[in-house]
Amino acid sequence: MFIHYVQLGFYSLRRNPVLTLLMVMSIGLGVAASMTTWSVFRVVSGNPLPDKSSQLFVPQLDNWGPNDIVKNGQPPNAVTYRDAMAFMQAHEAERQTALYPVRYAVTPERTGAEPFRVQGHAVFADFFPMFELPFRFGAGWSRADDDAHAGAVVISRQLNDRVFGGANSVGRSIHLGDHDFRITGVLDNWNPQPRFYDVSNHSAFGDQPDIFVPFNRAIDLHTQTNGNNACHENSAPGFEGWLHSECVWIAFWAELPDAAAQSRFRSFLEGYGAKQQQSGRFNWPPQAQMHNLQDWLDYTRVVPSETPVSLAVSAGFLLVCLVNAVGLMLAKFMRRAPEIGVRRALGATRQAIYAQFLAEATMVGLAGGLVGLAFTALGILAIGVVFEAAIARLAHFDLWLITLTVLTAIVATLIAAFYPAWRAAQVQPAWQLKSN
Amino acid sequence: MQIRPIIAALRRHKAGTVLIALQIALTLAIVCNALFMIRQRAAKLSEPVGIDTRDLFVVKNEWVGQPHDIDALMRADIAALRQLPQVVDAYATDSEPLGGNGWDSGILHSADQRRETSHAAQYFDDDHTIGVLGLHLIAGRNFRSDEVVPLDPQSPTEPPVTIITRALALRMFPDGHALGKTIYFGPGTKPSTVIGILDHLHTPYTIASSDSFSDQSALMPLRLLANHSDYVVRAKPGQLSDAMKAARNSLFALNNARVIDPETGVIDYGTLRATAYARDRGMVELMASICVVLLAVTAAGIVGLTSFWVGQRRRQIGVRRALGAKQSDILTYFLTENFLISIAGVVLGTVFALALNLWMVASYAQDHLPLIFVCIGAVILLLLGQGAVLAPALRASRVPPVVATRSV
Repeated sequence: MFIHYVQLGFYSLRRNPVLTLLMVMSIGLGVAASMTTWSVFRVVSGNPLPDKSSQLFVPQLDNWGPNDIVKNGQPPNAVTYRDAMAFMQAHEAERQTALYPVRYAVTPERTGAEPFRVQGHAVFADFFPMFELPFRFGAGWSRADDDAHAGAVVISRQLNDRVFGGANSVGRSIHLGDHDFRITGVLDNWNPQPRFYDVSNHSAFGDQPDIFVPFNRAIDLHTQTNGNNACHENSAPGFEGWLHSECVWIAFWAELPDAAAQSRFRSFLEGYGAKQQQSGRFNWPPQAQMHNLQDWLDYTRVVPSETPVSLAVSAGFLLVCLVNAVGLMLAKFMRRAPEIGVRRALGATRQAIYAQFLAEATMVGLAGGLVGLAFTALGILAIGVVFEAAIARLAHFDLWLITLTVLTAIVATLIAAFYPAWRAAQVQPAWQLKSN
Repeated sequence: MQIRPIIAALRRHKAGTVLIALQIALTLAIVCNALFMIRQRAAKLSEPVGIDTRDLFVVKNEWVGQPHDIDALMRADIAALRQLPQVVDAYATDSEPLGGNGWDSGILHSADQRRETSHAAQYFDDDHTIGVLGLHLIAGRNFRSDEVVPLDPQSPTEPPVTIITRALALRMFPDGHALGKTIYFGPGTKPSTVIGILDHLHTPYTIASSDSFSDQSALMPLRLLANHSDYVVRAKPGQLSDAMKAARNSLFALNNARVIDPETGVIDYGTLRATAYARDRGMVELMASICVVLLAVTAAGIVGLTSFWVGQRRRQIGVRRALGAKQSDILTYFLTENFLISIAGVVLGTVFALALNLWMVASYAQDHLPLIFVCIGAVILLLLGQGAVLAPALRASRVPPVVATRSV
C-alpha cells in the first residue's frame, strides 16, 4: 500500500511542478542555511577535551586591585610570573603547568637554506600528560628536566617532516634562535579547537603549535611572550624587571581530579591571596577564583558571536521555510478535495488518506533534503566568506552532517505536513461528490 | 472599499490566513534584525582609516635569535628599503593600522591617576611615518628626526612628544585645545606633550571589543627594539608588486640571519585591509543573502496560496462579475485582502523582531534594534505582499462572468 501511496504522491507532485519545485527549494534552502551555520557552530563551541574538561582548572588572582582598570570588576585572565612560579612551587595540584606563547627562528642545518619561524608554547613537563598529547616518537621531558632548566623540546609532526623528513628525530637537536634544543618527543597530529590551553594569550582558532619548550629554559633565554602582555603600571627596566612586575601574561592550569582536590586548591588560592595582602603587596582583599575548562571557554567568550547569531538567524530562516511549506502543502492537498471525496466514497478510511498525504510529504522532504545537501556543500565551500580562515577551515562535510541534513529535511517536512494532511483527511465525501 | 466582506471571507480560510500572517511576521523579525546587523557592519566597513592604502605594503621581519645590535640592524634595513628605486619611503614599527596586533594603553591626565580617561592604540614611529602612511596632519607639526629614540621592549612608553588623532584629542580635551598639552601613557609614566593632531588614524584592531576607540591612536617617536618588527613601505605609483619583490631580496642581500615568511612575510595593504574586515564583510554578505532568499521564499508562498484561493473562488468571482463588479473591483479585493493579512503579520512580526533582538542583546552583547529598522522591514514586507499578490489577483480579475453559469 505504501508503495502505491508513493506512486500516487509522485504523480501528484508531477502534476504541479511549479508548486512542487517551490516546496522542495524552500525546504532545501532552509535546511542548507541551518546546516551550514551549524557545521561551524559545532566545531567552535565543542568541548576540546571531553573526558577531562571538568578536572582542569584555571586560577585567577586579582593582583590589580578593585580600583584599577580591570574589566567588569573581574581579576585579569592571565597571571604574573611571580604568581605562576609560586603556584608551581606550592605544587597543590596533581599536575600543573604555567605556559606562555613563544616564537623562534629555526636555522636549518643545511647551509644556504633560509631560516623559518616556528611558534609554540613554553610549558612544564606536566603539560603533556595533563592535556593528553599524542606522541608519534618519544615523549615529553621529565619534571627533573624542568628543575634542571634543560634545553629540551617537543616538536610537531609537521616540523619533524619538514626538518627531519619524518624520521624518528628523538635525541637529535634543533637550533631555535641562538640555541640548540634536544628533541625528546615528536607529536602526532594534535590541534584541539578551540585552542583552549591559552585562549587569553593567543587566538582560540588556528594552526597546531610547532614546538613546546621547557618554561624555565625559555625564561633563562629571555624569550619574550608571543602573546598578550597586560600591564597596569611601569615595571623596573629589563627582562628581570618585567618578570617581577605586576604585568600578566602567563596562563596557569591545574589538574584537580575530584571535589576534594578542587576545594583544597581553592583554599590554597585564597590563602595565597591573603598572604600577599598581609605581606603588603596588595592593599585590598584579593579576589581569587577558578574556572574549569568548559566554564573558562564561556567566561573568556571564545566563541565569536557571529556563529550563534548566524545559527539563530538560519534557524529562523528554516522556520519561515517550513511555515511556507505548510501553506503550499495545504493549497496543494486541498486542491485535490474532489479526488479525496471520491476515494473516501469508495471506502478509503481517514487513516488511509492521512497516510497517502504523509507519504507524499516524505517525498517532498527527501527531495528537499537532497537539494539541501547540494546547497549545504556549496555553503561549506563559501563559508570562508563569512568566517575567518582559521574557523572556516574547521567546518567540513562528513557523513554525520549528510545524515543530519537529510533527516532534518524529512522530519521538518513531515511536521509541516501534519496539519495539511489532517485537513485533507477531514474532507467530507458527500459534500465533494455533490458539488461535482 | 468593502473590508467587512473580505474579513468574512477570511474567516472561512483561517488556516491559510494564519499561515501567511505568520510567515510575514517571522520574515519581518528576521529581515529587520538582519538589516540592522548589515547597517552596523557596513558602518564599520566605511569607518575612516586615515591612511592611503594604495601602493602601500608591509614587510614582517624577524631576526634569528636575539642580536645585540637590533637598533643598527633595523636602521640599516630601513635605509636599504628607502634606497630602492621602486620605493618612495619606509619606516619601522611593531604594528600598523588594521594589522590585528599592537600596543594600546589607557591615556591619563596625570601620572598618579588610577582610572584611565580614555584609551588609545600606541604606534612606534619616526619622522617618516606621516609621509609613508599618507596621514593628514591637521594641526601642529611632525616629529623631528632628532626626537626619534630607541626603546627597549620592557621599558615604559613615555615619549616626550606625541602626535594624536583628533578623536583622542577631543576625548582628552573636550574644549578642543589639545595642542601643547600633556598626556600620560599609563600610570607612573613621564608626560608626553601633544605636538600634532591627525585627522584620522585607525587602531590595529577591528574586533568588536575595540570598536569604542577605533579612531583613537597616538604616534610615538620610538624605535621598538624587539626581535621582530614590521617595515611599512610606500612604493612608487604602479610599482607595488615590483617593490614588494625588491624589498625582500634587498633585505636578504643585506643580512640573511632573518625570517621573512615567503608567503605571508610581505603583504600589500589591500590584502591586509581585506583580512581585517573579512568577518564584517562576511556578515554583511550572509545577512544580505539570507534577506533576499527569505523575501523570495515568502513572496513565493504568498503567490502559491493566493493562486490556490483564486482557483477555489472562480465561481464566486464569476458571480460577482455577473452582478456588475468591475475587473478593478476584483483586483482591489485581493490586494486589500493581502494588505489586511500583511498588517496583522507586521504587528505580530514587530513583537517577534523585538523579542529576537532582546535575546541577542542578552546572550551575545548585540545592540538594541532601533525602531526605524522595524519600520523599514514592515514597508518592505507590505510592498512585497502587494507585489506577490498582483499576478494571482490580475488572473482573478480576468475571470469572465460567464463562469458563474457553468457548473465547474
